[in-house]
Amino acid sequence: MADKVEFELVSPEKLLKSLPVDMVVVPGTEGDFGVLAGHAPLISTVRPGVIDVYEGERIVDRVFVAGGFAEVTETRCTVLAEEAVALSDLDRVSVEKTIKDLSEDLDDSKSDAERAAVEAKLAVARAKLEALGASSAAH
Amino acid sequence: MPNLKDLKNRIASVQSTRKITSAMKMVAASKLRRAQEQAEAGGPYAERMGRMLASLASNVQDSGNGPKLMTGTGADKVHLLVVVSSDRGLCGAFNGSIVREAKRQIARLQGEGKTVKLLTVGRKGRDQLRREYASLIVESYEDVGRRRLSFSDADMVAKKVLAMFDAGEFDVCSVVFNKFKSAISQIVTVQQLIPFAVPVAADAAPAATEEAKPVYEFEPDEEQILAELLPRNLSIQIYRALLESAASEQGARMTAMDNATRNAGDMINKLTITYNRTRQAYITKELIEIISGAEAL
Repeated sequence: MADKVEFELVSPEKLLKSLPVDMVVVPGTEGDFGVLAGHAPLISTVRPGVIDVYEGERIVDRVFVAGGFAEVTETRCTVLAEEAVALSDLDRVSVEKTIKDLSEDLDDSKSDAERAAVEAKLAVARAKLEALGASSAAH
Repeated sequence: MPNLKDLKNRIASVQSTRKITSAMKMVAASKLRRAQEQAEAGGPYAERMGRMLASLASNVQDSGNGPKLMTGTGADKVHLLVVVSSDRGLCGAFNGSIVREAKRQIARLQGEGKTVKLLTVGRKGRDQLRREYASLIVESYEDVGRRRLSFSDADMVAKKVLAMFDAGEFDVCSVVFNKFKSAISQIVTVQQLIPFAVPVAADAAPAATEEAKPVYEFEPDEEQILAELLPRNLSIQIYRALLESAASEQGARMTAMDNATRNAGDMINKLTITYNRTRQAYITKELIEIISGAEAL
C-alpha cells in the first residue's frame, strides 16, 4: 500500500495542515471513519472529536476539531474544521474549568437561544475532556 | 505684508501635520500587508466550501426541495442590507462610497415598494446612515476586529442575521462592502447572501474537473448536511466581506495619507518661499529706511 491520501485540515482563518498520509480517522457524525487511498467519494459532517493521522501503523498526529465537514475523494481528504487544536496543546485543567463555567452559564441563561448556544459550547468542551481521557488512557 | 512670526508658526504646524500623516501612511501600509495575508489565508476554506456546496446543491436541486437559506422564503418583500464600513475615518472615499452605494440601494428598493432594514458594521457607516435612515437600522456593530479580525467576529454577525431570518424578519439579505482590488482601488460590491446563489459546479470547482467530478456519498443525507453547511457558508461569506473590507480600508487610508503627506510637502514649500520673500522684503525695507535716513542728514 504505497498510495497515500492527501490530507488537508482547513479552518476559516487558515490552511492548517496539508500533507500526504497513509490513513486518517475522522470522527463523523454517524460514526468514525478511516480514510485510505481509494476511498469512495464522501461528504460527511464531523462531530467534535479527535482526528487521528496515521503514518504506517503509527499515529503521528492527533488533532481535536470542534465539528465541521469532511470531503473525501479517492486521493484526498479535506476537513473543514470550525476550531482545531493539537491534542497535545489541550490542557485538562483549563478544559475542566471551561466546563464548570459553562455549566454555570447554562443555569443563568434565560432564553432558549442562549441556552442552545451554551449547550453547544458545553458539548465541545465535554468532547475535549473525553478526548483527553482517551489519550491519557492510551499512554 | 504678512507677519513673519505667523508664517513661521504656520510652517511648523504643517510640518507636524506631515509627520503625522506620513506615520499614519506607514502604519496603514503594514496593517494592509497583514490584512492581505489574512485574506489570502482565508481563501482555501472558502474555496473548498464552495466546491462542497456546488456538489451538494446539484444533488439537492434535483430533488427540488432545498432548505430555505438556498431557495429563499418565496417572498421578496423585506430586504436586509448589511453595510460594512470602518470604525475610523481619514481613509479617503472609503466610507463615503460605501454609504453612497447603500443609499442608492435603499432608494432603489424603496422605489420598488419594498421594505428595507439595515444592519451596519463599523461606526462611520452607521453615523452617516443614521442621519437619513435612523428608523431602518435594526442593529449595528462597532469595533469589529479592532485588533485582529477573527472568524468569531464574523460568526457573531452571521448568527444575528440567521436569527432574524429564522424569525422571518426579512426575505432577502445582501451585503455591501468594499472589495479589495489594489491599494489604490477598491470596488464597492453588493453581494446577495440569502437566498444564497450557489455557484455552478463547473466554474466553482476547476480542480475537481481533472478528477472527473466524483459522485459523492453523503453521511447523513444531503439535506441535513446542507442545513448545517449553509449557515456556515453565511458566516464564511460575511467573514470574507469583512476581510476584504479591512484590507480595503487600510489601502484607502494608505493612499489618502500618501496624498496628504505630499500636499503638506507642497504647502511647506510654498509657505517657505513666501516666508523667505517676506523676510527679504523686510530687510530691503529697513535698508531703504536707513539709507534714506542717512541721505536726509
